[in-house]
Amino acid sequence: MFLVLFAILFITVILLGSSFDKLQKEAIRNQVIDEVNQGTLKFENSDERLSYINNQIQLRSKISGLDQDSLNPSKLIHRVISVMTFDLGKSHFFTTDYGSSNVRDIIFEKVPKTLLLFTTATICAFVIGIFLGTYVAGKEGSWWDKSNSIFAIFSNSFPSWWIAMLMIIIFAFALHIFPARATPLSSPSDPTYVLDLLYHMTLPLITLIIVSFGGVAYIVRYFLINILNEDFIHAKRTMGISRRKILYSHALRNAGPPIATAVGLALAASFGGAIILEAVFDWPGMGKLYYDAIGQFDVPIIIGLTFISTVIFLVTIFITDISYTLLDPRVKGN
Amino acid sequence: MQKKLLLGLLRSRRGIIGVSIIGFLLLLSAVAPFIIPIESYFLWNDPDYWINNPKTAAPSWTNFFGPKEFEHVSLDKNDAKVISESSGGIRVDNYRFEINMQADSFPDDIMFLYSAKYGDIPPVLQIDINRPDNNTFTVYYSSLPPSSDTITTFSDRIFSTNENIKEALNQYQSLFNYSISGLEPQVVIFSDTSKPNVLKGVYQISERFFLFDNHSSVEDAGLILGGKVFGVVGTDDLRRDLAVGIIWGTPIALFIGLTVSIFSIAIGLVYGVVAGYRGKRTDETMMRVNDIFYALPILPLLILLSISFGRSIFLIIGFLLIFSWMGTAKVIRSIALQTRNFQYVEAAKLMGQSDLKVIFKHIIPQLLPLTFASIAIAVPAAILTEAALSFIGLGDPSLPTWGQILHDANTADAASRGIWWWIVPPGLMIALTGLAFFLIGNTLDAIANPLRNKNKRA
Repeated sequence: MFLVLFAILFITVILLGSSFDKLQKEAIRNQVIDEVNQGTLKFENSDERLSYINNQIQLRSKISGLDQDSLNPSKLIHRVISVMTFDLGKSHFFTTDYGSSNVRDIIFEKVPKTLLLFTTATICAFVIGIFLGTYVAGKEGSWWDKSNSIFAIFSNSFPSWWIAMLMIIIFAFALHIFPARATPLSSPSDPTYVLDLLYHMTLPLITLIIVSFGGVAYIVRYFLINILNEDFIHAKRTMGISRRKILYSHALRNAGPPIATAVGLALAASFGGAIILEAVFDWPGMGKLYYDAIGQFDVPIIIGLTFISTVIFLVTIFITDISYTLLDPRVKGN
Repeated sequence: MQKKLLLGLLRSRRGIIGVSIIGFLLLLSAVAPFIIPIESYFLWNDPDYWINNPKTAAPSWTNFFGPKEFEHVSLDKNDAKVISESSGGIRVDNYRFEINMQADSFPDDIMFLYSAKYGDIPPVLQIDINRPDNNTFTVYYSSLPPSSDTITTFSDRIFSTNENIKEALNQYQSLFNYSISGLEPQVVIFSDTSKPNVLKGVYQISERFFLFDNHSSVEDAGLILGGKVFGVVGTDDLRRDLAVGIIWGTPIALFIGLTVSIFSIAIGLVYGVVAGYRGKRTDETMMRVNDIFYALPILPLLILLSISFGRSIFLIIGFLLIFSWMGTAKVIRSIALQTRNFQYVEAAKLMGQSDLKVIFKHIIPQLLPLTFASIAIAVPAAILTEAALSFIGLGDPSLPTWGQILHDANTADAASRGIWWWIVPPGLMIALTGLAFFLIGNTLDAIANPLRNKNKRA
């Protein structure tokens, strides 16, 4: 897992290193020109001024290591470490709610909001999906079963962010129930801020649940039906154990490990969609920041966000692996 | 086997639905160059090309449901009745347009287009509007700007926001029994004199050019009434006809989807077969590499790649390829593991055929049906990912893709403004395409996938 993380960081830094350098050089150049324009230095002619500026730029570039090639190994490692410790310098366009332009502060301000939205939605979709999937598995071939399958196929075919736009049209524009912009209007220091945030979270949350529970239910149903055809289930049924009990305790328990893996992977894959969804709803989380940072080409922020979203993605997969061991007694035995 | 696959596909209801949707999309892509002008593809992002369309107009079929909104009218020289008369050395060319006004709402704006060729004496343009109540409004009377000695062609368009038109209309206040000051010219022109409603009936709008010498002539004349409804799908904020964008998006989406899925499945097929056939350490190493690729977060990396390498459509296809072969590789490998123990494979090996030959001649042909299924299943993911990339603003900016249209819609806040016709059709097309390939893939998979059939039997 750490290997993957390190590999991704390395790729990121290699890919964006040169543009990062370019931006930093630009910043130094602007700084020098500013100083010359406002400073007390006097020059005989424009040539002298130009050579002074160029000298200064070269000097400062050397100090910050910009004269080296961006693919220089020692520099690469240095940069990877600085990304891992979130020492990413300052953003050019963005600030936190409190005015800090440090990339670390900006990203850490957004992460909890993304996690709040994404985890709540994931848990809700998971619970709804498991119950629905178990219910329709018990009624294989019924109307409920078929419409669930159709719903799952549809929710896989539609882009989630498109559903989000439709939800805004329906609930914000036509019905006026929820606000179209999910950024709360009150300031973060306001005591009612939390309530306001939750109110603004409702529409993105509902959308996220709608787009993901169908898939979960479909996965649950698929594995359950396979289990329900096993001999031990038939044996239990002949023993006179009620259908309901077989379904919810015996079959579900046995189908647990593969369900956990499949659902975990599906949800981890939907994380990317959740990022775009945030941008549609204007939810003040990482996704929105990503969207804006791409629009402004703010490289430090993009690198930082890629790093943190990789971490979140890998943690999700890790949790999936752990839950597999917890649910499957055979793995525990080993 | 291929025949069985095709028959099975056409025998299942899902398969037929899928095939007919794709047939429709292919047909649409094939006829696209013939039903819409090709330059609309290249000039999709050029606002000048779309200037004659209305801004943010709803689809015209919405008129069946609500109040009848004004439908966009765009008339050119050929729609006009031209009357030419001359007296005392002055020639008068009269271009008369007829408008049958039956809508319940006013046009958004009016544009008078003209183009004239003249020398040192500029012609005079007079615009009259003859209304159904027999009032005639002269809304514009002015000479064209002076030119130099040489004969030049001058083209311009007069907008209804023009100050001259506003002033000219004020003199007709006495005809109305309510105040018309502050009303837009296009509203005044089409208003009933007794109440502020639309006056229905036939309007005659004449553009009269007074030409004072022989070498002056009128090259073009036209009239555009900006509508609130337009075409099948409507227009966006930049006056682009969304129907055109959606039609052009079809071949692009099919191209992206099919290219990515065919190549990624091919990579996955070879990778999986090699791993499964060689087994042992090769298998172990190759599957670990596969696992690492599985653990990559796709979207952030795609964002990085397109930021650092560019956004051309072929690059994007390449990026998508990197992240889409792993699933197939895994499935194919597990099948190849079984296949290599089959007797005909062992026989081939004993005959001394090389590994390469065994793989390509004996194992891969067995896996082809399943490959077709996987290709169909992989298309929706490719289309969705490309659309997502376009949506966050990293798609190929020169192409009218569905994702690009939705990106523009999101940038313009179309959702909270309720401009549903800008959002619903492109998304529906994405979903429809994905759905069709998914249905086909699912049907083929049910026939061809040995793993799946085994599960069913158990």
